Amino acid sequence: MDTITLTINDQEVKAERGRTVLETALEAGIYIPTLCYHPSLPPYGSCRLCIVEIEGMRGLPTACTTPATDGMKVQTNTPQIQQLRRNILELVLTEHPHACFTCDRRERCGPLDICLRNVAVTERCVTCPKNGRCELQKVVDYVGIRELTLPYTYKDLPIERDSPFFDRDYNLCILCGRCVRVCQEIRGAGAITFTYRGSQALVGTAFGLPLQEVGCQFCGACVDVCPTGALIERATKWAGLPEHIVTTTCPYCGVGCQLDLEIRKGEITNATPSPEGVNRGQACVKGRFGIAEFVHHPERLTSPLVRRNGEFVEVTWMQALDLVATNLAKYRGEQFGFVASAKCTNEDNYIMQKFCRAVMGTNNIDHCARLCHAPTVAGLVTSFGSGAMTNSIHEIGDAACILSIGSNTTSSHPVIGVEVTRAVRQGAKLIVANPREIDLCRFADLWLQHRPGSDVALLMGMMRVIIDEGLLDQSFVEQRCDNFDAFRDSLKKFDLDFVERVSSVPQGLIVEAARIYATHKPATILYAMGITQHTHGTDNVMATANLAMLTGNVGKPSTGVNPLRGQNNVQGACDMGALPNVYPGYQAVANSDIKQKFESAWDCSLSATPGLTLTEIFEAAHQGQIKAICLIGENPMLSDPDSKHIQESLEKLEFLVVQDIFLSETARLADVVLPAATFAERDGTFTNTERLVQRVRKAIEPIGDSKPDWWIICQIAKRLEAKGFDFEHPSQIMGEIAPLTPSYGGISYERLEKEGLQWPCPTPEHPGTKFLHAETFTRGKGRFSPLEYRPPAELPDEEYPLVLTTERSLYHFHTGTMTRKVKGLNAIRAVELVDINPADAAELGIADGEMVRVVSRRGEVTARARVTEILSPGVVCMSFHFAESPTNVLTNPALDPISKIPELKVCAVRVEKLNDHWIQGLDV
Amino acid sequence: MTFEEIRSRAIAEWEDLERSTKPRILVGAGTCGLAAGAEAVLAAIETELAQRNIEAIITQVGCIGLCYIEPLVDIIKPRHPRISYGNVTPEIIPRLVEDYLVNGNPCPDLALGTIGDGRIEGIPSLFELPVLKPQVRIVLHRCGFIDPENINHYIANGGYSGLVRALGMKPEEIIEEVKKSGLRGRGGAGFPTGQKWDFCRRASGTEKYIICNADEGDPGAFMNRSLLEGDPHSVLEGMLIAAYAIGASEGYIYCRAEYPLALKRLAIAMGQMEEYGLLGDNILGSDFSLHLKIKEGAGAFVCGEETALMASIEGKRGMPRSRPPFPAQSGLWGKPTNINNVESWANVAAILQRGAEWYAQYGTEGCKGTKTFALVGKVERTGLIEVPLGIALREVIYDIGGGIVGGNSFKAVQTGGPSGGCLSSDFLDSPVDYESLTKAGSIMGSGGMIVLDENTCVVDIARYFLSFTQKESCGKCVPCRVGTRQMLGILERITKGEGKPEDIEQLQRLAETVKNGSLCALGGTAPNPVLTTLRYFRGEYESHINEKRCPAGVCQELIAYYILPEKCQGCQICLRNCPVDAIRGGKRMIHIVDQDKCVKCGTCLDVCPPRFSAVVKVSGEEVTVPEQPVPVESIKQE
Repeated sequence: MDTITLTINDQEVKAERGRTVLETALEAGIYIPTLCYHPSLPPYGSCRLCIVEIEGMRGLPTACTTPATDGMKVQTNTPQIQQLRRNILELVLTEHPHACFTCDRRERCGPLDICLRNVAVTERCVTCPKNGRCELQKVVDYVGIRELTLPYTYKDLPIERDSPFFDRDYNLCILCGRCVRVCQEIRGAGAITFTYRGSQALVGTAFGLPLQEVGCQFCGACVDVCPTGALIERATKWAGLPEHIVTTTCPYCGVGCQLDLEIRKGEITNATPSPEGVNRGQACVKGRFGIAEFVHHPERLTSPLVRRNGEFVEVTWMQALDLVATNLAKYRGEQFGFVASAKCTNEDNYIMQKFCRAVMGTNNIDHCARLCHAPTVAGLVTSFGSGAMTNSIHEIGDAACILSIGSNTTSSHPVIGVEVTRAVRQGAKLIVANPREIDLCRFADLWLQHRPGSDVALLMGMMRVIIDEGLLDQSFVEQRCDNFDAFRDSLKKFDLDFVERVSSVPQGLIVEAARIYATHKPATILYAMGITQHTHGTDNVMATANLAMLTGNVGKPSTGVNPLRGQNNVQGACDMGALPNVYPGYQAVANSDIKQKFESAWDCSLSATPGLTLTEIFEAAHQGQIKAICLIGENPMLSDPDSKHIQESLEKLEFLVVQDIFLSETARLADVVLPAATFAERDGTFTNTERLVQRVRKAIEPIGDSKPDWWIICQIAKRLEAKGFDFEHPSQIMGEIAPLTPSYGGISYERLEKEGLQWPCPTPEHPGTKFLHAETFTRGKGRFSPLEYRPPAELPDEEYPLVLTTERSLYHFHTGTMTRKVKGLNAIRAVELVDINPADAAELGIADGEMVRVVSRRGEVTARARVTEILSPGVVCMSFHFAESPTNVLTNPALDPISKIPELKVCAVRVEKLNDHWIQGLDV
Repeated sequence: MTFEEIRSRAIAEWEDLERSTKPRILVGAGTCGLAAGAEAVLAAIETELAQRNIEAIITQVGCIGLCYIEPLVDIIKPRHPRISYGNVTPEIIPRLVEDYLVNGNPCPDLALGTIGDGRIEGIPSLFELPVLKPQVRIVLHRCGFIDPENINHYIANGGYSGLVRALGMKPEEIIEEVKKSGLRGRGGAGFPTGQKWDFCRRASGTEKYIICNADEGDPGAFMNRSLLEGDPHSVLEGMLIAAYAIGASEGYIYCRAEYPLALKRLAIAMGQMEEYGLLGDNILGSDFSLHLKIKEGAGAFVCGEETALMASIEGKRGMPRSRPPFPAQSGLWGKPTNINNVESWANVAAILQRGAEWYAQYGTEGCKGTKTFALVGKVERTGLIEVPLGIALREVIYDIGGGIVGGNSFKAVQTGGPSGGCLSSDFLDSPVDYESLTKAGSIMGSGGMIVLDENTCVVDIARYFLSFTQKESCGKCVPCRVGTRQMLGILERITKGEGKPEDIEQLQRLAETVKNGSLCALGGTAPNPVLTTLRYFRGEYESHINEKRCPAGVCQELIAYYILPEKCQGCQICLRNCPVDAIRGGKRMIHIVDQDKCVKCGTCLDVCPPRFSAVVKVSGEEVTVPEQPVPVESIKQE
C-alpha cells in the first residue's frame, strides 16, 4: 500500500494514497460534517459543509473533493470554518422543516409523544418519519444551531406516492443529490434528476412523469442514501427505530447480497442492503422491498398437512413425521426420488443427499440446477475441470471488455448489472448478445441480436475471425491448452456467410465483436439461461470456454467464463451433492474410493450407480418406476417444461412429500405437506454464484409451527433408524461437510462469522480463491472442444410459425411463490406478458395490451400481449412467474444429450387473437 | 495545394478586390447592425443601384464596434478613401448614391470618417476620432474589413500564417511563445494561457480535447458574438495552434444557440477550412489532425463555467463540479482538456502571426495585450471596444464613451458582467487590469462594462444583478442556491421600503457566506454587486432603510409624484394623460395626484409643459398640496 502522512488538526494521520481528505479524516476518527457525501458515491461537493483549511491552498476547499497528499496540513474546525458552516447550514434549514432541531421542548419530548403544541405541522418535529435517524439532525447537533435568523420557506409540495414502496416528500429534500447520483451513476437507471435550477431546483422525474414511466427499477438505492425523510419506505414509515438488525444473505437470486433485516417486535419490518459484502450497499427491488411481506404472509404454512379423503387436514409434527417415515420405509432403493432445493441452505442440501443416499439407498437426487446450469457443470468441467464461475463479481467492474450473452443481467442479477455498468463507466467495452433488446443494450458498444439457439454459430464465427486475423493468444493456447487442432478444424464450417445466415447477425458486427473481445483485455464473459437452456446447452457453454481460452482470458483477474447462477443457493446445492452422480464437492458416486470414503464416514453402504436426473425422475414417475418422491422447496408444476406431463407424473406417485413455505401448485398434489421455515427464521449458509459461502442468520423465530428443512429430514431419518442425523445446529452439519468436501475443507462457521469464503478453500488457513485456473486448469490443461452447429429441437413451421423464448422479470422470482405474495411487486408487474414484434402483431391483428392465446404442440395459455420492438419479428417471449399463465405448459422438454437440460429457451408456437370480449375486459 | 499556393490565390483575390474599378459598399451586418436595420438598408442599396444601373460590390462585414451609430455603411469609390456613414437609413440611400457615387459629393454631413490613406475635405479620419483613437485593435482588427464568410479574405490579411509558423515549431516552443506573450485567459479569470496549455500538454493520455468557450451569457455583453460574426477564422486558427501544441485531435466549440449568425459563420468557416485542408486529418500535409464540432448551448449562464460547459457537451445537466481534477488532467469525457474563450483564441492567432514580443508591447507589466469590452449603459457612445490593458477607466468612459448621457454625472461603473462589482468615481483613474479590478472588489469577467449615472439606484442595480445570478444558479451548492435567494429577498424588501436596520449586516454576512462557501465562480462572484455597493454606496442603503428614501428616485415604492400648487396652471394636460385617472382637477384648477391611485409611471412629469414644470418626483419627503382642486387664482403663484 502506498501510504502518505498528513496532519489533520495537528494530529499526524496516515492514509492510503488516492483517498480524499474527508475519507482520511473519517478513517482517523476525525468527524467532519457532511450531507452530500456518501461512501458509495463519487465526491460531489454540493453541501459545502465539509470545508476545511489547507495550508497553501486558497479559500476553503471541501474535504470530500480534495485528494489527500503527503505532508498536507489540514484544519477542520477553525472559528472561521465553524462560522461559515453555521451560516451554510442555516441556509439549508431555511428550506427544511426544522422544529425537530430547534424546538425548545426537544429534550423533554418522550419517544412516543406527538407534540403539536409548539410547532405547526409544516415545521415538523417528532412527526418526521426520519426522526432519530436523520443525518441532517446529526449535523445540526454537531454544528450547533438552535435558532434561525433568516426567513423559512415551506415548499408546500404534494407528496409523491407513485411508487408502491416508498414516498417522496420533497418538502424534506435538501437537494444533496445523493438519490439522483446513485440512480444515474451507480444504478445507471437515470430515472430521477434535478429539475429546474437555481432556487427553484428540485428533484423529480422528466416532465414529472410517474416513476414507472421513466425507467425506475424501484431498487430503493435512492431511499437508502437519502439523509433526510424525503425518501422513505411507506410500509415502515411510522414504525420508528428497529430494535435490532440482523445481517443475512438475500434469498432471491444467486448474487448473494448481504441484507440488514430490521426487527421490531419479532417481525421483520425492513430490509436494507448492507454496505459491506458482495453488493456494496446495493440491492434490487425484490431484496429491498420483497422480503418482509412474504415471510410474514398470512398464507404461510404453519403446521403439517396430511391429505385425508382428498382434503388437507392439519396434524401435529409427531403424526406427520411418523406418517412420512412409515410410508418412505416402503420405497427404499430405486423406487424413491428426491428433489432437493436450490433455495435451501448448504446444510439442508447436505442432509437431503445424505438422507437419500445413506437412508433411502439411492442416488436418485437432483434439483432445479438441472433446469438451469447442468450444461455449465458438464461443459466447463470438460473444458476447464470445474463447473463454477471462474472469477468474482467484483472483478467484473474492472474488466476492459464484457461479453454478456444469453443473460439479461440487470433483470436477473441486478446487482451484477451494477458491476457491469461500473465497468462501462470506467471505459470498458460491452458487447451484448441477446435476441431481445435488454436494458443493458443502453450501455453496450455492440448489440448482437442473434436468433434464439444460434449461440454456437455466433461464437464460433467470432472465433474464426479471431484466428483469421491473428488475434488469438498463441502462447496461452500452446502452453495452457490442448486439442486446439481438432477445434480449429471444426471452425472450417463456420464461415461468416453461414454464421450470418444462421444467426441473422450481420457479418460486420460479428467481426467487430470478435476484434473488440480479442483486443480489450482483461475480457470477461457473462452468461445465463440463454446459453444453457438448449438441447445444445453444453455445446454453448463449451463455445464460451473456447473463446476465453483462445484469447488467454482465463486464470487472470477480471477474465473468465462466468455463468450467473439463478437461485440463491444453486451453486451450494450442487456443491453439496444434490446431484445424481456426485457426492459433495463433485466427487463421483461411481468412483469406488470415494464411495468407500463416504460409506465409512456415514457408517452405511452406498449405491455405486449414478441416479436419475430431475427430468428423468419425473419421467420414471410417469412410467411408474419411481413411486415416492420427497420434494423440497421446488415448484416443478410451473418451472419445468411441459407441465401437463409433470402433473401426470406427480399424480401417478404412490407417495409424495412436499416441504415448502407456501402451499405451492406442486404442494397441492402432495400426500403430506411439511411447513418449512424461511431463510429469515434459521441459521445456515448459502453459496453464491461466485463460489462465496456466506452465513444465513436467524433473525426471527419460525412462523407458526414451521421448522428448518434440515431438522425435518433429520427427524424422518431418525424415525427410519438412521445414524448420523443427531444435529442440533447447522454449524455441526458444516463440521461434517468440511472434512468430506475438499473445496470446503477450510470452511467453518467461526470463519464465516467475519466474512464469506470463496471455495476452493481447502484448509482452515486458506484465504479462499478469487479466481480459478490461475497457474493450471483444474483438469490440467484447458481443453478446446470441436463443435458443430445444431439447430433447436423444434423449429417454427406453418402450424406453429413463431419461436417462443423465455425470460425473467426483474420484479418476480422464479415461479412467484415468494414475489407474488408482495403487493408492490404485483402492482408493478401483475400479469404474464407475451412480447411480440409490431409486425407480427399487425399481421395477427393484435393490439398492445390485448389478451391472446399462445399455443404449442403441448398446450396453450392465455396472456396479455405487449407489442414491442425489443424482439425481432418471428420471435415472441414470455416469463414463467405466473400461475395464471403457466408458460411452461408450452415449452419443449427435449433434452440436451449430455446435461439432460430441457430446451426451455426455444419452442415453436402460434399466437391467436382471442375474440372473447369478456376476457379482454378482464383486468387481471 | 500548399499553403503558399492558397495564400497567393487569396492575396490575388484580395488585390483584385482592392483594385476593382467598381465601387465597393460594405454594410455592417453583424447582429448589432441587423438589429439596427441593416437589412432594410441593404435592400435599399440593392434597389437603388439596380435602378441606376450601377454595378457595385456589396459586402456584408462584421461589426466595427460603433454600436451607437448603427447601421454603418462604408463606401469605397475606386481610387478614393473609404468613407464610413453612420445611422444610415433606407431613406438616405438614394442621396448617398446620387450625391457620392453619381456626382462625387461625399456628403460630409452624413459621413463619420475616412478609413485608410488619403483625406477628404470636411471628413475626419475615422480612427483619429476620440471614440477610436485610444483603442488598439488586435483581435478586432479584421472585423468590419473582411467578408467573414470568405476564408480568402482572412488568409490574404495574414490569416493562418500563425498556424503555418506554429506547425514549423516544436509544441514546447509554441507554448513558450504564448507564455512569453504574457497572454492571460480572456474569459475573466486571467490564468496565464501558456501555463494552462503546458499542464494539458504534460497530462498523460493520448486522447485530448480543446474547447472554445463561446457561451457568452452576461447581460449586455457581446464581445465574443461580434468577434465570431466578424472574424471567425481568427478564433479557429487559435484553436488549431493550441491543439497542435497540446496534442489534441478533437475539439468543440460551445456556442449558445441564441447566436445563430455566429453559428452560421462558424459552420461556413469550418467548411472552408476543410476544403483547404486546414481542418480534419493531416492538416496542411502535416501529421497533425484536428476534428472540430460545434455544440449549441441552450442558454444557461452557468454553462460558461468550464466544468459545467463540459458536462453540457457530455449531454449532462450543466452543473459545475469541484476541481481538482482540473480539466487539464480530467476534462471532457474524463480526458485532458484545454478550454479557452473566444477572445483568448483570437489573441493566440495574433501572437503566432506577429510574435510574442510584438504582442507584449501592449498592456502593463502583469497584464499584456488588449481586452475587448462591451461598453454600455449611460454613456454617449456605446459599443464594442478594444483597449490595451492598463488603460484608465476615465479614458474608457469619457474619451471612448464620450462621457455620461445628457451631461449627467457619473455614479458607478459595473465591470465583469452580472457578478462584477460597481466601482465608484474614486476608481475612475484606476487602471483596467485583472488585479486592480479584483482589488476594488470587482472582476474583469469576459468584458462587460456598464456605466451608471446619477439616475441609477445602486440598491436597485444590486437587486437586478442578483436576481439574474439567482435565477441562473444551477442549484447545486447550498450557498449559491439558497444564499442568493435570501439575499435577493432582503434587497427586494429594501427597495420596497421594508428594510430593517439589521438588514445591512445580514446582507454582508450572507454575501460573505455565498462568496466563500460556493462551489464555482458563479456563486463566488455573485455577491460582488452587493458587496461593492455596500462598500462604496452604503449611504444609499441606509437612506432606503432608515429614511425610506431612494436618492436616485428609482425604487417605485419609495417615490411619489406631486403637482406643486404654486406652479400648476390647471392646463389639464397631465390629467388627460394619466393612464389610471389618478389626477383630479379641472380647467384652471390646481391639479392633485391621488397618491393611492398613482402607479408612478411618471407620465405627468413627462407631459407637464416645461414652462410650468409643476410636477415633481420626490422620495422620502412630502409636499403639501390642497385636499381638493382649488382655482389656480386662490394660490399664490410663483
